Amino acid sequence: MNLTLKIWRQKNATSKGRFVTYQVNDISTSSSFLEMMDVLNESLVIKGEDPVAFDHDCREGICGACSMYINGHPHGPDKAVTTCQLHMRKFKDGDTIVIEPWRARPFPVLKDLIVDRTAFDKIIQAGGYISVNTGGIPDANAIPIPKVNADLSMDAAACIGCGACVAACKNASAMLFASAKVSQFALLPQGRIEASERVQAMVAEMDKQGFGNCTNTGACEAECPKEISISNIARMNREFLSAKVCAPKVKEQSGGGI
Amino acid sequence: MALTYSSVTKKIIMALAGLFLISFLIVHLSINLLLLFDSSRESFNVAARFMATNPVIQVMQIVLFGGFILHILVGIILQIQNWMARPTRYKIEGYSQSSFFSKFMIHTGAVILAFLVIHLFNFFFKAKFGEMPEVMIDGTLMEDMGLLVIEKFKEFPYVLMYLVWLLFLGFHLDHAFHSALQSLGLNHSKYTPLAFGLSRALAILIAGGFILIPVVIYVTQ
Ligand code: HEM
Ligand code: SF4
Ligand code: FES
Repeated sequence: MNLTLKIWRQKNATSKGRFVTYQVNDISTSSSFLEMMDVLNESLVIKGEDPVAFDHDCREGICGACSMYINGHPHGPDKAVTTCQLHMRKFKDGDTIVIEPWRARPFPVLKDLIVDRTAFDKIIQAGGYISVNTGGIPDANAIPIPKVNADLSMDAAACIGCGACVAACKNASAMLFASAKVSQFALLPQGRIEASERVQAMVAEMDKQGFGNCTNTGACEAECPKEISISNIARMNREFLSAKVCAPKVKEQSGGGI
Repeated sequence: MALTYSSVTKKIIMALAGLFLISFLIVHLSINLLLLFDSSRESFNVAARFMATNPVIQVMQIVLFGGFILHILVGIILQIQNWMARPTRYKIEGYSQSSFFSKFMIHTGAVILAFLVIHLFNFFFKAKFGEMPEVMIDGTLMEDMGLLVIEKFKEFPYVLMYLVWLLFLGFHLDHAFHSALQSLGLNHSKYTPLAFGLSRALAILIAGGFILIPVVIYVTQ
């Protein structure tokens, strides 16, 4: 298939970017979206031009690196897949495909389609872990856990931190990501111990990084490659509210420099 | 002060204020509907007098104004932060969503607010400070609020204005009830789908009910 690509090109974090139109020909319908990008880049290298910079690592849908906003959808038009798992047969011969980087103030563009997602790492560092002392490995079945909770926790833990939720949200809100990370621990007895500090610290960091607020639109859930449910956001709000009401005082901070 | 609250606290304030406003709308609508069911306007006038004189209601009136101001202020702050979080827009805007009107809450809210000011001048301030027609009901002289309403809705421009206004109220309400529950963390695999239906039903019943009043008065008078 032959395609027209309109790709955001930006030399570095400080330069002004613009869209550049490219033509790619003879793309196999069974190739992946990133393989199509490789074909484009090879042709650019042969011509002596700068190839399009994009993030990728595993190419099997588990690392979350391949951030591309394709025709108005993070990770393209297919449901529940990452860009690397998106097949070119989802497009038609002669299509024009517009490819943009994630757009959010906390995700500054570094080059072309690559954005800096350190803000997510900061949210994890604020509380996305459990503290365990070193020592012998505890017996896996010593703590009984309801099957429903184990399943819900696993569902939340499926989040790969790709940032598609932020990219899809009209407010560039990171609530789906943060709530998945809060939920995966809040649902398990090992995570309950630090639950109230965790939710307050992670929400505070999320706001500090300058992400927007949630309007309960549901675009994140629709675009998430791991189909993380917005019921996690409700769980986070619930955890936050009960922590605020019951746990010792922690100073609140607003986001976005306001 | 409200500025330094976290995103989640702001949304909880927004939801509580919003739910309170919904409860006010239901009371307001119930009283208005009396006009349609009692052409002598007596029951409406008695209810209006109760709302204007009962001390508990007088206190609630202040709470209501406070609720409106809180909802509007926090709504504007949230919206500004949301705009700031995406300084560069996409060339192709995303169009996936599960709750359509959630994208236009600030716009429908602004329309509600603009007409609300006109509405207060039309009825509320007139009843409180202006000259009012009076009637005798059961030996008490009281303001004929019903007559004021009926006279207003004999004029087509007013009927049209209220129609547009209430339609926007309906749009706002479509993403109100279920969203408030979600903000408060009240999400449940069994009942959340019901909340979506209930939200739409509330939007249609409240906006539809309010629309009925000027339309019926205009058509029958
Ligand atoms: C009687 C009138 C009103 C009712 C019953 C009402 C009710 C609600 C409810 C229940 C919500 C959902 C809260 C949540 O998501 O947690 C909401 C959201 C909102 N309302 Fe209202 N509202 C009214 C008037 C207004 C007005 C006058 C404005 C003017 C600015 C406004 C602005 C907003 C905004 C911006 C949101 C979305 C907040 C966000 O999540 O970003 N509303 N409203
Ligand atoms: S919640 Fe979904 S969209 Fe958001 S970072 Fe995790 S996997 Fe990506
Ligand atoms: S490259 Fe790892 S998820 Fe796409």
